[in-house]
Amino acid sequence: MPSLKDVKMKIVGVGKTKQITKAMNMVASAKLRGAQARIERFRPYAAKYRQVLADLTGKVEENAHPLLAEREEKKSCAIVMVTSDRGLCGSFNGNIITRALGLAREKASAGMAVSFACIGRKGRDAARKAGYAMLTSYADRMGSIDFALAGSVAAEVIQGYETLTFDEVWLVHGEFVSMGHQPPRALRLLPLKAPEAGETPQESGEARCEYVYEPREEKLLAELLPRYVRVQIYRGLLDTSASEHAARMAAMDNATRNCNELINSLTLLYNKTRQASITSELIDIVGGAEALNG
Amino acid sequence: MGTLQLEVVTPDRTVVSAEAEMVVCPGVEGEFGVLPQHVSLLSALKVGTLLYRVSGKDEHLFISGGFADVNNNVMTVLAESAERAADIDTARAQAARDRAEKRLAASDDSVDTARAEAALTRAVNRLRIAGLR
Repeated sequence: MPSLKDVKMKIVGVGKTKQITKAMNMVASAKLRGAQARIERFRPYAAKYRQVLADLTGKVEENAHPLLAEREEKKSCAIVMVTSDRGLCGSFNGNIITRALGLAREKASAGMAVSFACIGRKGRDAARKAGYAMLTSYADRMGSIDFALAGSVAAEVIQGYETLTFDEVWLVHGEFVSMGHQPPRALRLLPLKAPEAGETPQESGEARCEYVYEPREEKLLAELLPRYVRVQIYRGLLDTSASEHAARMAAMDNATRNCNELINSLTLLYNKTRQASITSELIDIVGGAEALNG
Repeated sequence: MGTLQLEVVTPDRTVVSAEAEMVVCPGVEGEFGVLPQHVSLLSALKVGTLLYRVSGKDEHLFISGGFADVNNNVMTVLAESAERAADIDTARAQAARDRAEKRLAASDDSVDTARAEAALTRAVNRLRIAGLR
């Protein structure tokens, strides 16, 4: 039987942990709101890009641009992995890392050399530990993501792709589906697969036939495609950031609940211990009195 | 003469959403104007000034390259950054210009000339627009 004082201290300790998890939950929910707002603001930009690109790629030949052309022989592959910098968000980072490393193994068994570009400390550490070549890594940037970050990552992989260092580039990130669901998502960045034209509304489809392009289609495509890669990476960053906060909220909510349960059972134990000690004291007193009366 | 709907969108926000009477864009192959009922057009833009007129008043906007799409009397400008004249941080642009000029003057192999030139163009354009307000 633990002593009364031990149990009391344990209750106080769990209570303090609960305060911390509760605070983290609230911080995460505030940050999530910000991250979601950013996704909302980015959506019109991304949607327009998709539409314009779908239109344009429909008008040129399939392999009109090197970033669109599928290479016959594939010898190497780069994986851009986006994770969070910090833990305490459940299995969120673990899922992304498992997905990315699984993809890496798949590519390696197809005879490709795999290298990683990591944004987020967790992913970087995991890729390093698994022994993959590290192209670049950005740690402690998830709190301050901006378009420039996506730009520099995109520039790096595009350059690698154009200089034939990589024959394929993939992006693995957390996808924000809902508050309770943030699965990892793997997406091939290069060679680029043009977005489906079906996504554009039908009505504008007809008016688009007599478009004036300046400069001409191929040149325009050469400007658009690298930017589209940037847009996709930025979307991955935003999505991962929102997912991270949602996952952390859920994890911290769970932890707070567990703390409550623990406090309840400990309080029960405390009361029982207290009662037991009172009972035994009473027995002592009564026994003593009986002996005197004897 | 009517108006056309102008939307200037950056990754972080929609900067302008207005009924414009006229828009002048810095296209990669020269400046061009867009009036209401313009034919459908898709053009790449370079760093420069976007001018648009709303109820007789000219507004200037700095844009750092991007695309303009005109369709059905709606013009959408996709730019990586766009700033109104009043929002431009003059001190920062000046610092950027000086830095870029210094780098170009040094011009040894360690300097990324293309990048410095791009930075200089951006800074100079920002300052010009800031001076217009």
